[in-house]
Amino acid sequence: MRAFTYERATDPVAAARIVAGKPGAKFIAGGTNLLDLMKIEVETPTHLVDVQDLDLDKIEQTPEGGLRIGALVSNTDLAADERVRRDYGVLTRSIVAGASGQLRNKASTAGNLLQRTRCPYFYDINMPCNKRKPGSGCAAIGGYSRQLGLIGVSDKCIATFPGDMAVGLRVLDAVIETIDPQGERRSIPIADFHRLWGDRPEQDTVLRPGELITHVTLPRPLGGKHFYEKVRDRASYAFALVSVAAVIQPDGTGRVAFGGVAPRPWRVEEAEALVPQGAAAVTARAFQGATPTKDNAFKLPLATRALASVIAQAKA
Amino acid sequence: MKFEQAEGTNPIDRLKVIGRAHDRIDGPLKTSGLAPYAYEHHDIENVAYGAIVGSSVAKGRITRIDTAAAKAAPGVITIVTAAEAGKLGKGKNNTAKLLAGPEVEHYHQAVAVVVAETFEQARAAASLVRVDYAREKGRYDLTEQLKVAPLVGGSGGPNSGAPPVERVGKFEEAFAAAPVKLDAEYHTPDHSHAMMEPHASVAAWNGDELTLWTSNQMIAWSKRDVALTLNMPEDKVRLISPYIGGGFGGKLFVRADALMAALGAKAAKRPVKVALPRPFIANNTTHRPATHQRIRIGAMKDGTITAIAHESGSGDLPDGGPETAVQQTKLLYAGANRMTAMRLAVLDLPEGNAMRAPGEAPGMMALEIAMDEMAERLGMDPVEFRIKNDTQVDPEKPERKFSERQLIRCLNEGADKFGWNRRNAKPAQVHDGQWLVGMGVAAAFRNHINTTSGARVRLSRDGIVTVETDMTDIGTGTYTIIAQTAGEMMGVPAEAVVVKLGDSSFPASAGSGGQWGAANSTAGVYAACAKLREQVAQRLGYNSADAVFEAGQVKSGNRSAALRDAASAGELVVEDKIEFGDLEKKHQLSTFGAHFVEVGVNAYTGVTRIRRMLAVCAAGRILNPKSARSQVIGAMTMGAGAALMEELAVDKRFGFFVNHDLASYEVPVHADIPHQEVVFLDEADEYANPMKAKGVGELGICGVGAAVANAIYNATGVRVRDYPITLEKHLEKLPAVA
Repeated sequence: MRAFTYERATDPVAAARIVAGKPGAKFIAGGTNLLDLMKIEVETPTHLVDVQDLDLDKIEQTPEGGLRIGALVSNTDLAADERVRRDYGVLTRSIVAGASGQLRNKASTAGNLLQRTRCPYFYDINMPCNKRKPGSGCAAIGGYSRQLGLIGVSDKCIATFPGDMAVGLRVLDAVIETIDPQGERRSIPIADFHRLWGDRPEQDTVLRPGELITHVTLPRPLGGKHFYEKVRDRASYAFALVSVAAVIQPDGTGRVAFGGVAPRPWRVEEAEALVPQGAAAVTARAFQGATPTKDNAFKLPLATRALASVIAQAKA
Repeated sequence: MKFEQAEGTNPIDRLKVIGRAHDRIDGPLKTSGLAPYAYEHHDIENVAYGAIVGSSVAKGRITRIDTAAAKAAPGVITIVTAAEAGKLGKGKNNTAKLLAGPEVEHYHQAVAVVVAETFEQARAAASLVRVDYAREKGRYDLTEQLKVAPLVGGSGGPNSGAPPVERVGKFEEAFAAAPVKLDAEYHTPDHSHAMMEPHASVAAWNGDELTLWTSNQMIAWSKRDVALTLNMPEDKVRLISPYIGGGFGGKLFVRADALMAALGAKAAKRPVKVALPRPFIANNTTHRPATHQRIRIGAMKDGTITAIAHESGSGDLPDGGPETAVQQTKLLYAGANRMTAMRLAVLDLPEGNAMRAPGEAPGMMALEIAMDEMAERLGMDPVEFRIKNDTQVDPEKPERKFSERQLIRCLNEGADKFGWNRRNAKPAQVHDGQWLVGMGVAAAFRNHINTTSGARVRLSRDGIVTVETDMTDIGTGTYTIIAQTAGEMMGVPAEAVVVKLGDSSFPASAGSGGQWGAANSTAGVYAACAKLREQVAQRLGYNSADAVFEAGQVKSGNRSAALRDAASAGELVVEDKIEFGDLEKKHQLSTFGAHFVEVGVNAYTGVTRIRRMLAVCAAGRILNPKSARSQVIGAMTMGAGAALMEELAVDKRFGFFVNHDLASYEVPVHADIPHQEVVFLDEADEYANPMKAKGVGELGICGVGAAVANAIYNATGVRVRDYPITLEKHLEKLPAVA
């Protein structure tokens, strides 16, 4: 870990200004991912702006009948919120499928969206990695890639976004609210929030320098049955090989997003329109153009089978 | 005390203190944080902190090390590389050097240690050390290297002298003639010990004397190897290792933490502490090597095995050793025609070495699937098939009998208890919602090893019995069983015994490894206590042969005295060790068991979750049923990990284990482990030692993986012979669902 300076912010715009104006500055909230990465020098910020004192830890009803979740609401509190459990079951289920109780106590809503990939080559600073060190190459391509991505990836990077909560938020069409150093607010649909790697895998999201997430807003409840099927080698405390977030309506239609396969929660609206025709039809469309490696090709049949499990449970 | 013939009745047989479930006497210290682990000796003054720089290449030469920036960093005291360290020797138990330079033998091999005032400063400065390498082509692919690997001996262990190919009868002919046969290959991957406490040491020099507070399972071996590495006399080295947060074989040896702390402390002229960061554990230390195994079994139609062959290939650094995965096959089942052989490939991956039940753990993972496959071909129940081929003698040397062998009882009692008769012999028949349910069985087998072990026992004026031995407690319960042994011998409760362990200034013991620790170390304490009993009797003027030690009193005929009275003129101190004669030439000492497992396999996703586990063990006298049970359930958990998830992933281009942290090298969590039941058969092995005890801590892992694999097959009808059994290995062979 490199030496760094630290301050606690009391105002969102001031915090945004400091991070925008100081090279090497970063926000820190729960720190559950950032501190680990700093210890192994994958992240080397020179200054940390701690946002935990900002007044962003509430969940409020919106006039439209949805919920507005403060950026600092902990994963534990968000998953346990009665309204979330009742109306947005897929969100609670996706959150509690991730990490461990201790980490969820500390992890924030905004931080969860910003967690970095778990590609093992990203985690080893001796290895080439375009995401960690732009232009150095990608050791994962041609290497051990069982956990890695197969769609939306590029010839520069095949990492995945590793989170669960965002996959739940994706089927709910959540909107991410930010504030920038000028005090301008912006609303970013979650569909647009995480970038596909392309030629710039070092850039995980569309956030601009200093732009701070303040809230995540959920539209009105969708009804239907909510599922988060997370497939992993061990029963807890593991990242998804494949996950399926789904809301299935009584008429057999539904929404579906996949985790563990792409740089972002993977939802293809034309594909989910095929839910009534069954899982194979959905995944055939959703994963059109997929470029799996030898190690992770199993994720394609697995995604189909995991979705079939959800559809069967919805019918049961 | 020399153990040369079958033991008759002795004071241990009373079982008033030993042989009973006793809470760990070190438990309160550990749960309250008062038991100091190696890194936690905060009473050592003026300590500086060392951070190791690991090699970023797997094979090559260091061409240049630039330490200027690191030396200029805040708080840095000194930096030691091979150049500063001077000529170093190498420990007998080390294959690769612990400090690279100029050649690099494996990834993350230590290249330098940066010593600074604080841990944070040392760690930050370590990343400023610039090392240039001339990379060389390495050998990283076991499959490729086994094609050119020579046969290698030593199937019975590193010093067994066993020839490369061992034969009894005419295997090939018998196998060709057998009406029912199996010829199958099995793969097990590299495993990491992944112990909770990383390797850690504090080194302090006093003139030419070195003290190392460290985390080490084998004090006497490691004291020798520290001296060899540093080219200094053994009597100038002291190792102190009273508490160890898990080792599993990864701490049998001196590792880089100890050497770099010693070198750092010498250069800094003050004590230095060094811990290996978690990402170093996989590549800087040792691991259980991967194996490729081939098993052939031929049998008559009634299930009698007529031919059995087990071949295994593994790899290691030059001058390393094989994973002895065939050794149980020499002893476990009958069969007139037999063959075992091993090949050893040269790999430039990190050093392979012992991990919990080396040899048998991966060997049983293969052999016990093969037995399941054979039973199916024969149309026999797998429990019956194993019973049919039981042997009470060493199948290679029939004149040698097993001292105790209750495998049949383990299998039968286990089958009863587990409800084995409810298993559907036809696979893929039992459904529970979206889950396919199956049951599997495997035998458990692990040899017991006798080895010299010493102890010193003191009786103080106030009647306190103190045991001193360099024996270690790696979380196993050694403190407690030694207190129970001394308590039984001296007629006092375990609470009245003070146990001091893990200090090389104490008599050398068996140490903790190979499941030999408990039986041998307590036998050594028995020997010392037997001597103390004689001195006590002598002091009290009693005839030692008929003196009875009980409830703090010593009785002889109608005379009686308090134990402490024997020390009224001054503390009594005796020392002895247990040594072994040649009983083992006539008797094979082994431990046996049976594992039963029920799994659910999700018919959609292929995920396996274990539902129930049972182990029935026959392992001689159980010294403390509570700590022994903890050993076995821990071993079963490790076996479940090996079956379902544990694998060090090899990058064959860069030559290293990629998944070098606990997020990516998955071991079981609580949610993976269901109810576990352990039954110990009542057994006292009079040919083993005066305690009549054998090992149990490794028996518990042997066979678990295969029992899980066999249960998965019973659930799905898809046979997987390649561990770990992750979902992609059977997913597309499961029934269609979409």
